[in-house]
Amino acid sequence: MAAFHFELVSPEKLLFSGDVEAVGVPGAEGDFQMLKGHAPLMSMLRPGVVTVDESASKSTKLFVRGGFAEVSASGLTILAEQAIPLADLDTARIDAEIKDLEEDLADAQTAEARQAASEKLSHVKELKAALKL
Amino acid sequence: MASLKDLRNRIASVKATQKITKAMQMVAAAKLRRAQMAAEAARPYAERMEAVLANVASGVTKGPRLLTGTGKDDVQLLVVCTAERGLCGAFNSSIARLARDKANALLAQGKTVKIICVGKKGYDQLRRQFEKNIIELIELRSVRQMGFENADPIGKKIIAMFDAGEFDVCTIFFSRFRSVILQIPTATQLIPAVIPGKAADAATATATYEYEPEEDEILASLLPRNISIQVFRALLENAASEQGARMSSMDSATRNAGEMIKKQTITYNRTRQAMITKELIEIISGAEAL
Repeated sequence: MAAFHFELVSPEKLLFSGDVEAVGVPGAEGDFQMLKGHAPLMSMLRPGVVTVDESASKSTKLFVRGGFAEVSASGLTILAEQAIPLADLDTARIDAEIKDLEEDLADAQTAEARQAASEKLSHVKELKAALKL
Repeated sequence: MASLKDLRNRIASVKATQKITKAMQMVAAAKLRRAQMAAEAARPYAERMEAVLANVASGVTKGPRLLTGTGKDDVQLLVVCTAERGLCGAFNSSIARLARDKANALLAQGKTVKIICVGKKGYDQLRRQFEKNIIELIELRSVRQMGFENADPIGKKIIAMFDAGEFDVCTIFFSRFRSVILQIPTATQLIPAVIPGKAADAATATATYEYEPEEDEILASLLPRNISIQVFRALLENAASEQGARMSSMDSATRNAGEMIKKQTITYNRTRQAMITKELIEIISGAEAL
């Protein structure tokens, strides 16, 4: 399969930069798979797992806490709010995340903010269940 | 003329000072390396962010207020980022001076100026003149390694103030890290957002983007994020600049102390020699008189 350039950056550092074959992205309006030659796209992300397939045999999974994905002619760039390799993610980390979001939900002033927070919360809870943590 | 004992004491005290400045220089060098790495690691995100923002903003005609501003510039908010500690050369005072000049210029134009100080040293310097204008002091003294979680609350606070209509234009002051010996005090406008290279990018690759969800929605969540990122970047650049400034100023202090010791030692030796000679002359002339 053809490879394209992919970069994953968080505010603190550049987490991944290199050529990959496919990337699974948790878009705000549904997950999607990125392959080479994708049309230019800009999407928000929800909390979820980014799957990076560097080759048929080697793939990495990272948890991202929202952010943006940009697809342009030069490749895919994900600006993650926070990204943690799935291997480093444990129950304590994800519980802290859930607690954070619950606080956000309690603090939310407007109906829109409340809805956004509760959506995020449900995504993280789903993730926790899926990972059996 | 100082006695031998005085000279000895003076040399000992300069030596002690030199030891301290030397130690501070080495600590700053070690911290600088970390701070510089952090600042450099944060650059890709900020750069990509700018590129993405430029792409989105050029496709939107009527942006949210964070992008377009309130249309006025009557109330100006200055966010002045400085260090928490002194002994780093002109680092703090050059940022404070830049902010002070700007504040004076704005006041002369009859604008209202509000100041948020991040870091105690800038607050100390600006307090003398702008006591009434300073609305808040944010201390980051306890922070060891600057993280995004330190910058985010500041960014959120700025946005909350803007939404409450407390100011029209926001500018952030910090020192850009060029090298160990060169830090450039910089002022960057945060609100309304300045999109660099907007005109250049607009023509090339933007027209065919697909947006998911709509552009406005993306922009609405991208802009606040951009402000936090800018603050974060300013704090990191500042941290690296501070260590760089401290390292070079402590280096020159150490060198200065070395020179002083050399001079004092020469004076000490001369005085000692003079006394020996004097005593010898006394003994010899005493013996001759017999």
